[in-house]
Order: sequence, then structure tokens, then C-alpha cells
Amino acid sequence: MQRDEALLFELSSPGKRAWQLPPLDVPEPAAADRPPRTRDDIPGFPELSEIEIVRHYTRLSTWNYAIDLGMYPLGSCTMKYNARINEQVVRLDGLADGHPLQPLETMQGALRIMRRLEQALLEITGMDAITLQPAAGAHGEQTGILMVRACLEQRGDARQTVLIPDSAHGTNPATAALAGYRVENLRSDSRGMVDLASLEKQMTPQVAALMLTNPNTLGIFEQDILRIAEIVHQRGGLLYMDGANMNALAGRARPGDFGVDVMHLNLHKTFSTPHGGGGPGSGPVAVKSHLEPYLPAPRVRESKAGRFTLDFEQPHSIGRVRAFFGNFGMFVRALAYILANGAEGLRQTTDDAVLNANYVRRKLSADYALPYATPSLHECVFSDQKQAAQGVRTGDIAKRLMDYGFHPYTVSFPLVVPGAMMLEPTESESREELDLFIAAMRAIAEEARTQPDLVRTAPHSTRVSRMDEATAARQPVLRWQETAARTADPAAG
Amino acid sequence: MEYPANYQFTKEHEWALVENGTARIGITDHAQHALGDIVFVELPAPGAELTAGQVLGTVESVKAVSDIFSPLPGKVTAVNSQLAQSPELVNQDPHGRGWLVQLELTPGASLPRLLNAAEYAAYVAEEN
Amino acid sequence: MRYLPKSEPIRQAMLAELGLASADDLFAHIPEACRLQRPLRLAAGMSEPEILEFFRAAARDTAPGHASFLGAGAYHHHRPVLIDALISRGEWFTAYTPYQPEISQGTLQAIFEFQTMICQLTGMDVANASMYDGSTAMAEAALMALRLTRRDRLVVARSIHPHYREVLATYVHRQGVKIQEAATGADGRLDLDALSAAVDDTTAAVLVQSPNFFGCIEDWEQAAAAAHARGALLIAVIAEPISLGLLAPPEAADIVAMEAQGLGIPVGFGGPYAGVLAAREKYLRALPGRLAGETRDSQGRRGYVLTLATREQHIRREKATSNICTNQALCALMASIFMSVMGRRGLRELAEQNLAKAAYARRGLAAAGVEVVFSGPAFHEMVIRPRTDLAAVERKLLAEKILPGLPLRRYYPELGETALVCVTEAAPRAAIDRMIAAYAGKN
Repeated sequence: MQRDEALLFELSSPGKRAWQLPPLDVPEPAAADRPPRTRDDIPGFPELSEIEIVRHYTRLSTWNYAIDLGMYPLGSCTMKYNARINEQVVRLDGLADGHPLQPLETMQGALRIMRRLEQALLEITGMDAITLQPAAGAHGEQTGILMVRACLEQRGDARQTVLIPDSAHGTNPATAALAGYRVENLRSDSRGMVDLASLEKQMTPQVAALMLTNPNTLGIFEQDILRIAEIVHQRGGLLYMDGANMNALAGRARPGDFGVDVMHLNLHKTFSTPHGGGGPGSGPVAVKSHLEPYLPAPRVRESKAGRFTLDFEQPHSIGRVRAFFGNFGMFVRALAYILANGAEGLRQTTDDAVLNANYVRRKLSADYALPYATPSLHECVFSDQKQAAQGVRTGDIAKRLMDYGFHPYTVSFPLVVPGAMMLEPTESESREELDLFIAAMRAIAEEARTQPDLVRTAPHSTRVSRMDEATAARQPVLRWQETAARTADPAAG
Repeated sequence: MEYPANYQFTKEHEWALVENGTARIGITDHAQHALGDIVFVELPAPGAELTAGQVLGTVESVKAVSDIFSPLPGKVTAVNSQLAQSPELVNQDPHGRGWLVQLELTPGASLPRLLNAAEYAAYVAEEN
Repeated sequence: MRYLPKSEPIRQAMLAELGLASADDLFAHIPEACRLQRPLRLAAGMSEPEILEFFRAAARDTAPGHASFLGAGAYHHHRPVLIDALISRGEWFTAYTPYQPEISQGTLQAIFEFQTMICQLTGMDVANASMYDGSTAMAEAALMALRLTRRDRLVVARSIHPHYREVLATYVHRQGVKIQEAATGADGRLDLDALSAAVDDTTAAVLVQSPNFFGCIEDWEQAAAAAHARGALLIAVIAEPISLGLLAPPEAADIVAMEAQGLGIPVGFGGPYAGVLAAREKYLRALPGRLAGETRDSQGRRGYVLTLATREQHIRREKATSNICTNQALCALMASIFMSVMGRRGLRELAEQNLAKAAYARRGLAAAGVEVVFSGPAFHEMVIRPRTDLAAVERKLLAEKILPGLPLRRYYPELGETALVCVTEAAPRAAIDRMIAAYAGKN
């Protein structure tokens, strides 16, 4: 849809309506029942008809790229297919409208879903206990690091520092700071893995935890993980694993088997719950038994007779991290995904994700620089080094990919690779789609050599061209206002 | 870009223009170029006491934040209030109208040795 | 394995191109001791009919089709069918964060419209793209106030949702922040004298919910006066956004933390929901979370981008305003569609219906001899003390396919055997009458 779509407020006019309530079946309230301070109006709030609303949101939707349209190789984000059955079951009567504070005997079905998901996730990770409460990956990190802190405090030694490799997600340092820890960077070695000598040196008695992403953001499995865990544990620290990349391991390796004490999962990555344009996610946190006392309450318990209860007696718990149970709707979808795949399907999914990433890596390594030769799993990171000579940077190549019908890869991350291009195809791409993508990337490499301006000014076929982000940040306009309407763009469209 | 001969520079890419016990501080042309379009500048309140090397504020581009370190010790006597509305002045005229703060140098304090224009230009060339 | 677009021969061909014999070789660099040497102990993959039946069976075990008098931060309202019809488009729910504005204008414009409607509804100047939920929005608002004021104490109304207060405690506990509770008066509203006495020069913020957990409506202006008198901020907490169709918005507040669930997001056993964080303009740079802003493209066309990203974790890392890196985009979209449908007048009518139904219930309960514990002005919830024991009420109402109110002993032992009853427009009069009879101990 190329034509412009005005804002809701610009489409609005007084007296239009899209709602009709049933007639009120009780008397109007008495004057004494009315609140003391009411509002007369909500100035600026839209007034629209139903068809206009349908068209508005449908037109807007056509300006979004989406998994359903094609490959979305955004590294670290795991943009995989979102099965339709998941969307159907979450809308079943009972599940969609159940209340989180219902009497226990009226929510057995919901508790069963939660418990079955917990059990599956524990089997997949090799951990001992789990909370589903955190609402997203970063929220899970926060929960996990607070548990680390509570555990160490219980030992009488909270410590002050969290070690974070230089290739980590930005959420890791922000999380550690939120839990009251100082952050210390840990460098990677030439293989793209944790530098063991640095770890030996930096893992002092002040260090509470190492926050490690494994496989890391270069897609590389930390081959020294057993030694890393040993060093951290010998010095009295705990090993936190950012499980954002669990889709590289499910069915092939379990963090619980290689020394991890606490980790989070991203249901919206590994377990296919839809990203929804930026959320909702869900970030369960799994722990080994020594951290179990610190999990948020309530815990779901199952009796031998198959009755489910909620256990609020967690005296050492870090406390709640979210109201109610967390993002229940995501639990339903993730469990549906796990049930659909089964043990064999989950392993095959991992294998295909790793196969796809290695296929792309192989096919593009002649045209793009590969900064680390170490074998990688579900994603691969190139750099723009070869193209930079022509003044074409990773951001430009990303924009040009849009003209070829693909969503770009992750740009300029991880920070350890200058000009990074981080590619994660996921298992959801057929070889045919991968080949189209590879052909596009090769064509862009050729363009960078022969007509670099074409790449530098891309995209050329999207509804809007490059946006003026500097002005957006210098003079922020973050909402529509009535006065702004008079100067609305007459040339738009 | 020429680096003015009467300015002094740091390896963190700030400049200082010292005259009669006061210093005007800014970031270098090299720094503004590396940062890209500057969208926000956070400056200290007048009256703030700074030591050499202390963070005096931050400069933000669309996708980066940089701390600015005070090259010299002193008390802030003025800040460039135009930057609140027009942070792009730092890009357009980094050594002039894009200045950040003015310091009254701490009397008697030992001043760190800063780079002269030629030394700074050589440092930047080497860094590249 | 129907989600995987590969045949076995294609897999083999791709492996061969990589010079590998089998998929095992893809993992050969993982130390053997770290590799799982057995299949996962999970059931075999299920077909679509089997999955449907699994969840239908679970759903039957969740009291579907019951009328409900539960509220307490999760509210049953009619959801216009447009919401699911529209968000089910793959372009909405299978997209990710709009990092690339050229191919994300739909999501970006929708966020900009959401921010605008939240400002209109709350009376604030700026709103972000949404937080996880109301409880975490409130905790983030408190962290914001602590940063802004550089003070270390919070005064928190005891009448704020107990879960929200627990989440707040978890968030700030490790930062050495002291929380002081502000008591509720006999009418169910904040004791303003006690509040004023609790606020001092070390108080970063006063947190007040309205309608509060007991359903009573607080006075924003008096709460703000108590906070501002000592240089503290007022954080207005709202768990039921429908109330803003009728009640004066918290214009006296500095920051608003709200749960958007009431705006067309399914109750769904507690989530996913969307938290709202809105504030006065001058606090913009302290606001965590994503923001969409208006700008122009290189050809002068209006468009939207994520902006002011330098506040966020991926740039500022440990110095960021928060570690949050998502919003609840799809839930915020549901709220936007709901607000578009109800609009300027519909939201008012809906709020009026909630008020009328609750007032009808309150008068009916009182007439039947059930004590309505608090006399303060209310919206659609109330604390009641039944004439018979709560377990008996629960049995009787469940037998009639009605979910009773929430027993409060776990949360407020001082209130004894009371229940929090919520009456929205979705409760039919007949169900209200049966609820009244049950709490009155009548058959």
C-alpha cells in the first residue's frame, strides 16, 4: 500500500462511532453514587466508524515487513515461523478469559498448562526448578541476577561485581546495574570466546557472577565452558547463562549439564511465540536446586492425584517480579509449540537452524569478511570490512537488502566486530529462500564494488526512504497535537 | 580541518582555549565527525567544581553517547545555552559556536600537560 | 515436524555442500561432555487435532462461561471483535521491533498513535511505547523518581495493588531504597494527614493508586500537594484504564503508571498485558522504554522512527534508564484498536455503565444486610463483609456458574473475612442479583 494513511486523529470527526453497548439493565446511579471529580471530555480522542478503523489498521499493516512475508535474518532475535494453531488455542474460551485470581479448583487447566511447560523446559535445559513469571528476556535476567544476589547474601557474601564478556547483549550490563552490581568487562580472545587468562585474573572474590551467553553473540559455543564454570565456582561465584540462543542447543546440549547455575529462556525466540512488533515476550528463569529457594512466588505444585496448587511459602524468595503469573498467553503458545514438535522435532529444529546458518556462512564467505574462523552454530557474524573500502557500511548493505525483499540482519552488533552483520536465518527458511537471500547478498556485494552510491542511498523501493533520525531526536515530536494538524503535510502520499 | 594553534587538546578529543585564568572547553572537529549528527548535549550547572579528567557532561548522537571529560580543573562560570535548542552547532562549528562550557581555572592548581595543535593532529592521524 | 521446510534429501545435499556427513558434525566442536547423548524425554510430536484437544480439555478445566465478580487488577470487559480480526494479520503479529523504519512504518505509526491516546487519556505530555504491565510500570516509575530526585525514600499507599507493591519491593530492595507505607483511612481512601506526615525531604516520590485496590477514588490534587510540598514527585497508579473515561485524569501527577489491560486486552490468566508509563515533558530523558517520534524521510515525507534511543540499554549499557529492551507492542496495539473503537464518547458511556452496575450492586448488597466496608466514592469495585462464610458463598456461586469476589485475608489480614467485588458492564443484572443473595446468605 503506497498511499499515505493519516493519523487516527486526522481521520476523526465529531459524531462518528464504531461502538454500541447493550442497553443498561440496571437503574442509572443516584447522585450520591457519582464520583466527585469527573472529566467532561477526552480532548483529541478519535471518533471513527468501524470501516475506517479496519482500513486504517489494515493499511498500516501493509507497511510492515513480517515473517509471513519472507526471511527475517535478524541475528539474536530468532525470527522463526509462528504456528497458527498457537494463536487458535490461546483464544479458547476459558483460557482467553480466565482470571488469574480464580478459586484454585476453577483454574486447574491453566495450572496444568503452566506445570507441563515448566517440566518441558526443565527437561530441555537440564535445570532443576523454574519460574515462568518474568515478562521478557531482560526481565528474566533481572530475576536471575537478583536470585544470585539473594543466594550470595544468604551465604553472607553478596559481592560487588558481575563479569560480562564484551560480546554480550546490552541488557546484561543494564541488568547487573539494576541489581546493584558493578559491571566489569571480560575480553574475548582471537577465537571469539571468553579469554581464559583474563577470566582467571578477573574472577576475584568480589565477583558474584559471570553472565555468559552460550552460544555467544558470534554464534560460537564456548568450548571452554566446563573450565569456565569450574573457575567461577572455585572462586565462589555463580554462572549465569543468557539463554537467548537456546535454539542452537535444544535437544543437542543442556546448560544444566555444563555447569550453569541459573539461566533465562526467551519463549519468543526458541519457542516461537510471536514477536508482535516488539512484544510481548516471556522470559522464564531456570535454576539448579541450590537457587530454588530464591525463586519468585507463587510456585505451581502438583499432587500425586494430579491436583494443582499454588505455593506462596517461599521465605527466601526474591519476591514477585510481575503481577499474577507472568505472560500466560505466551505459556500456552510455547507449550503448543513443544507439543507439536516433540523430542525429535525440537532436535531437528535445532539441527536445521544450525544447518541454515552454516550454509549461509559458507555461501557468503567469498563476498564478505568473516572475522572469526571458529565454527559457529545458529548464527554467523560477518563484517563490512571488504565493502568499507568503497564507503559502503553494514547499515547501507542492510538498507539495500530491503530492496531485494528481505529484512536486514542485525546491524553493528556484537560490538566486538566493527561493522558487524549478524545473520540468523532460523530453521524456518527453506533452501530455496536461503538461496534467494544469498543471491541478494552477493548482488549487493557486487553493487558495492561497481555502484556504491546505489547501496549508500538505499532503500529505493520502500514506502519511505531513509528517515531523518537526527531531527527526530533533536526536536522530539512524540504525540499528535491539535495545533500540529494545521501544519500537516499536504504533500504526503 | 585545521586545529587552531592557540588551542590545547586532550587524547579524549576535547579542546581548551585558555585566556586570563579562564578556559573555554569544547570537543574537537575529529570528535564531532566521529559521533555524527549530535542531537543532545548535557552540561553541568554553572558553579559546578570540576577536577581535570572529571566527566563534565555528555554529548549524544542518534546512536551513541559520549562522556566529555574536563581537560582542566576549575569552576563552571558559563555553559553554551544555545546548544539546548541547537545541538547541531557542535557539528557545524565545533571549535567556535559549538563550545560547551567556560571554566574559571582553580587558582594555584597544577595544570595537566595537554597536546598542542600539531601534536593532536599527529595523534588523530595515528589513531586512524 | 511440519514447521520445517526441508525434505531429507535437501538436508543431505546442504550438509554435503558443507562437507559434512551428518547433522551430528554440525555440533562436533561442542565438547563431548557437554553434548546430550540421548533424546529429550518428551512425548512424540502431536498433530493439530491432538493439540486442539489437549488445550480444549485444559480450557474445560478453567470455568469457561462463568459470570465473574473478580477484578483486582484484571478486568472483564467486552472486547470488540475488530481487535483480534486486525491483530491476526501476520504483518502485525509476526513482525519484530521496528528497528528499520523504512519497512516498519505500520508499527511505528501505531505506536505514535498509542502514545498520543495515552497522553490524551492520562493528561500527561509524553508516554512511551509501553512496559511489561502495570506492576512493572509502577516499579520503573519509582526508579525514575529516585534518579530524578537523587533521594532514597518512597511513600507508598497501602491501598495500591498488593502485587504491584511486591514487585516494587523486589525492584528497589537491592538499591538501598526505603519504602514507607501510607495508611488507608476509615472511608477506604488515603489518610491525607498521615500521608503529609510521612513525606519528608528524603522522599523521592509518593505513589498513589486510584481507583485504589479497594475500589475507592483518591484525590490526585491533594496527594500531589502532599508530595510537592516536600519536593517529592507524585506517581499516579491506575490499574483500571476504563475509569479514565469518567474520572478526572491525574493531571497533578508527575508520572503516571497504568495497566492497559482493561482497554481490550484479554484477561487471559494475567497476561500478557501492557504497562503504560507517561510523564511530564521535563522528565522525558529519564523515561525508560521505547519511544516513537515523528520525522521526515529524505524526500520530505512524514514518517516515524524509534527515537531518543540513547536512554536505552543497547547504547548506554550499565548506565541505561532501565534494562527493558522490548515493549508489549501487540498488546498496546490491542489497546489502540479498542480506544479507536470506543473513541471520545464511547469510553465515557462504557465507564458510566460500569459505575451504574457497581452502584446497583453496592446498594443491593447494603439493602440485603451485607456490610460495604468503605464509604468513600467508588468506581466499580468494593470491599464487602458477607453475612455468611466466604467458603459457603464460593460453593454456592460456583454452582451457579459465577466466580465470586476475591477473599482479602491473604492480602489484608486486618480486613478479616472480606471480599473485593468487581462489577463491570459485562456482569448481567441477574448474576448481580444472585451474587448479592449469596453474600447475604440467602438461598
